[in-house]
Amino acid sequence: MIKRVFSFILILLLIACISLPLASCESDETVTTLYVYNWGEYISDGSEGTLDVNAAFEEYCADVLGMNVNVNYSTFSSNESMYAKVSSGSAVYDVIIPSDYMIERMISEDLLSPLDISKIPNYQYIDEKFKGENVYYEGESDNIYSVPYFYGMIGVIYNTSIVSEDDAALQSWNLMWDKKYERDILQFNNSRDAFGTALYRRGYDVNEATDEEWITALNDLKEQKDIVQGYVMDEIFNKMSSGSAAIAAYYAGDFLTMYENNDELAFYYPKEGTNSYIDAMCIPKNAESYDLALEYINFMCQTDVAIANAEYTYYASPLTTVVNDEGYRETMSEVHEDAIEILYGDMSESVPTQAYLNLSPERLSFVNDLWEELKVESGIRPGIYITCGVILLCLLALVVSHAIKKKIRNNY
Amino acid sequence: MMKNRRSLFERIAGAPYVAWSAMFIIAPLLFVLYFAFTDRNGSFTFENILSLTSYSQTFVMSLAFSLIATTVCLLIGYPLAYCMSKTSERVRGILMVLLMLPMWISLLIRTYSLMALLDNGGLVSTLLVKLGFEKLTFIGTDGAVILGMIYDFLPYMVLPIYTSLTKLDKRYIEASADLGCNPLQTLIKVMLPLTMPGIISGVTMVFVPSISTFYISQKLGGGSFDLIGDTIERQFQNAVTYHTGAAISLVMMILILISLAIMNKFSDNDEEIIV
Amino acid sequence: MKFLSRFYIFIIFAILYAPIFVVILFSFNASGDLSSFSGFTLHWYSELFRDGQALIALKNSLIIAVTSSLFATIMGTFAAFSIAHSKNKYYQKTMKAVSNIPMMNPDIVTGVSMMLLFVGVASILGFKNSLGIWTMIIAHTTFNLPYVILSVLPKFKQMDKNLIEAALDLGCTPVQTFFKIEVPCILPGILSGLMMSFTLSLDDFVISHFVSHPDIQTLPLYIYNQTAHNVKFSMYALCTLIIVTIFLLLVAVNLMGSKKKKVPQTKKLTGGVSR
Repeated sequence: MIKRVFSFILILLLIACISLPLASCESDETVTTLYVYNWGEYISDGSEGTLDVNAAFEEYCADVLGMNVNVNYSTFSSNESMYAKVSSGSAVYDVIIPSDYMIERMISEDLLSPLDISKIPNYQYIDEKFKGENVYYEGESDNIYSVPYFYGMIGVIYNTSIVSEDDAALQSWNLMWDKKYERDILQFNNSRDAFGTALYRRGYDVNEATDEEWITALNDLKEQKDIVQGYVMDEIFNKMSSGSAAIAAYYAGDFLTMYENNDELAFYYPKEGTNSYIDAMCIPKNAESYDLALEYINFMCQTDVAIANAEYTYYASPLTTVVNDEGYRETMSEVHEDAIEILYGDMSESVPTQAYLNLSPERLSFVNDLWEELKVESGIRPGIYITCGVILLCLLALVVSHAIKKKIRNNY
Repeated sequence: MMKNRRSLFERIAGAPYVAWSAMFIIAPLLFVLYFAFTDRNGSFTFENILSLTSYSQTFVMSLAFSLIATTVCLLIGYPLAYCMSKTSERVRGILMVLLMLPMWISLLIRTYSLMALLDNGGLVSTLLVKLGFEKLTFIGTDGAVILGMIYDFLPYMVLPIYTSLTKLDKRYIEASADLGCNPLQTLIKVMLPLTMPGIISGVTMVFVPSISTFYISQKLGGGSFDLIGDTIERQFQNAVTYHTGAAISLVMMILILISLAIMNKFSDNDEEIIV
Repeated sequence: MKFLSRFYIFIIFAILYAPIFVVILFSFNASGDLSSFSGFTLHWYSELFRDGQALIALKNSLIIAVTSSLFATIMGTFAAFSIAHSKNKYYQKTMKAVSNIPMMNPDIVTGVSMMLLFVGVASILGFKNSLGIWTMIIAHTTFNLPYVILSVLPKFKQMDKNLIEAALDLGCTPVQTFFKIEVPCILPGILSGLMMSFTLSLDDFVISHFVSHPDIQTLPLYIYNQTAHNVKFSMYALCTLIIVTIFLLLVAVNLMGSKKKKVPQTKKLTGGVSR
C-alpha cells in the first residue's frame, strides 16, 4: 500500500517536474511577454494554412529586434466583458482592441495611454477618413489613443431557404420582429447592440435618444423576446452556418465567414439606418511593455500581416495598402461575389449610418438597468409553474402525513 | 510532559488549516457581506438587497426549474438505482463504471454535446426532417433548460441512492414480505425510509448545482432564460456591478441553506420513524 | 420483470451516452458539420495538436491540479489529525462546520467570494494584476480541503488509540509517532483524498471561471471559450481525447480495485497489535 501511495506521489511529482520547467523555461532567458486582448475570431491564427500572426510577430522580434518575445493572446466576446476585466484591474494587458464607443469611455476614465505615433510608421497607410477631425475617439487633446484595426457595419443576415424573398426585399429591421419566423431569430447578447437594433428600427438616435425612446425600445425588445431563439454573440457562427437559426443581425465581415460555410445565407444593410463601428488597437495605462506594444501595433499595420488578417476575418481594413491590393480583392471576390461591394462599396453607403458614442455614466447605468429588466423578463410556459405547484403540494402532503403519523404513534 | 508536547504538536498541526480557512473561507464570505451592504463609495446601504425585488422573477424561475429537474431526476433515478441493485455482481461492476464515467466527464462537454445533438442543424432534427416530421425548435425553450439539468445531474442522483440500496439489509425486505406486505407496500413502508439518507444526498447533489448553474441555461436556453447563476455571472463578468452581484449571491446562499436545513429536518423525522 | 428492468437500464444509459457518442463520432467527420456523417478523417486531431492552445491548457490544468491537491492533502491531513485528537469539543465542531462551507455552498458563490477577496485585497495592497495562477491554486486548494478532511478524518477515528499510547510509551516523540504509526494507518484515506482533490481540481470550471486571469486557461476554461465562439471541430477531437482518457483511467482503477480483495495492510497492522 505504502509503495503504491509513494509511487502515485512520485508520478504526481514527475508530472510537476515535467510541466513546471515548461512553464518557467521562458523565464530563464529574458523573455518579454506581450499581453494582447482581442475579440474572438479576430486575427489570422494559422489554422487551415493561414499565417499565424502572433507567431510571425515573435519571429519578427527575434530576427529584427533581437528580442525574445512571447505573445500571450486571449480573447473576449463583448466590449463590456473586456471593460469589466481591464477596469477592475483583475488583468493587465499591453494591447487591447475595443470598439469606438468603448475607447471613448476608456479615454474619459483615463484608462488608456496616448500613442507615440512616430513609433508606428505604418500609421501613414491608414485611410485619411480615419484620421484627424473625422475620428471621434482620439480624445480632446491632440493625443492619438488608437490605431484602427478593422471597421464595418451591422447588417441583417438571413437564410434564403427559410425567409421568403418578399420579406427580405423590404430590407428592414422589421424582419427581426416578424412573428412568422418565431424561434428562428437571434439577437445580440450585449446591451448596446441589442438596443441599437430596436432604436434604429424606430428611427431614433442611438446616442441622443430620450428616456421615453429608450423605454419604447425596451418594450420592442420585450415583445421580440417571445419570438427570438436566443441572445448570442459568437455562437451565431455555428447557429447560422448549420441553419439552426435563420435571421440575425451581426457584423458584415462575419457574414462572409458564415457564407463560406453556408451559401444559402444572404445579407443586407437595413434601410432605416445602422451602426458603423471601428475597432482599434489601444494601449492601457497600466501596460507593462509600452514600446513593444507600439511595435506590435505597427506590425499589425504591416501590409502582408494586415492582408493575412483581412483575408482571415473578412472585415473591412482601414489600410489603403490592403484595400488597393489586387490579390486581396480577388480573394475576397472568390469568397462572395459582392464581398468588396459589401465591405467597401456602394452597398455600405446606401443606408444612413451612425456610430455609437460613449454615453454619460447616468445614461449608462440607466441602459444597464433596462438591459437587466429585459434579461429578467422570461416567457416560460405556465405549465412549468403548474408542475412546480403540484410537486410542492405533494411535498407538503408528504410532510403533513409524516407529522400526523408521528403524532398518532406518540399517542400510543 | 509527553502529553503536553503531544498537545502542542496537535495544535501546531491544525494551525495552518485554521489560518487558511480564516483567510480563504471566512474572509471571502465577509467580502460578499461587505459588498452586498455597501454602495460604490463604500458607505453602508440596504439598497442592493432591496433592489433585488426586480429579480424576483429570476429567483422564482430558478427555483421552479431546479425543483422540477430534481423531482424528475428522483423519479427516473430511484427505479434505475433499484434495477441496478438487482443485477448480478459482474453486471453491477460494469454499470458502476458506466455511471461514473459521465460524472467524471466535464459538465461543459456533456452540456455542449447535448446541445449539438438537439440543435436545429444537429443529428436529431436532421433525422426527424428526413423522416418527414415538422421541423421543431428545441434549443432556446424552457424545456431544453430543464432537460439539460436532468441530463447533467441524473448520475449524481442515482449514485447515492444506489449505494444506500446495496447497503440495505435484504432481510428487512424478506421480513416485510413475510409479514404480508405486497411489493408496493414494502417499497413505501420499508425501502423508501431506509434509503432516505441516499435520497436526501441525491436531492442535494442535484438541487444545489441546478439552481446555481449558468452554462446550461446559456447553451440550451440560448440566453433567453436567465437563472440566478446567469445573473450573478453577468454582474461579475460583463458589467462591473459587484455590489448587486454580491447581494444576489448572498440571497442565493441563504436560500440554499434554508432548503438544506428543511431537507435535513425531513430526513431526521424519518429516522425517528424508522426507529 | 427482469426483462423490464434490463430494458429500463438500457434505455436510460442509451440516452445518457447518446450525446457523448455523437461527439466521439463527429470528431472523425470529414465535412465538419453535425447534421450527417460524410467520411472518416483524422484532420481535426492534427489541427488540435497544431494549435497548441489545448496543450498549454492541459499543462496549466496539470500544474494547478498537482500543486493544489498536494497542498490540500498535506494541510488537510494535519487538520484532520488535530481535529481527531483535540479534546476541545467546541474546536472540533467549529472546524467541521467551517470545512463544510465550501462543500455546501454552490460553486458560483465560492468563486464569486474568492474573486471579491482577491480583487479587494489586491486593490488595497496596490497590486496591478490581481488574478493569476496563484489565485487559482489557492482557490483550488480551498475547495479541495474539505474533501481531504472528509476522507482522512474517519480513518483517524477508526484507528486503535492503544497504538499511539504504545509508541509514546516506547519513547517515540509525538512527531515520530505521527509519521511512523499514524500516517501508515490512515494512508488509504490520504490517498483517496489526494486522488479526489486531483480529479476535482482538473474538472473544476465554475470557480476557475471567476478567479482566473484570461491568459491562464485550464482545460475546462479552454473548452468554455471554444464553445463561446465559432466552434471548430478540433474541439470535438479534444473532447473525445478527454472522454477516452477518463474511460481508460476509470477502467484501470476498477481493475486495480477488484484485484486487491485481500485484507488491507492497515487492518493487519492494527488488528495484530490490538489482539
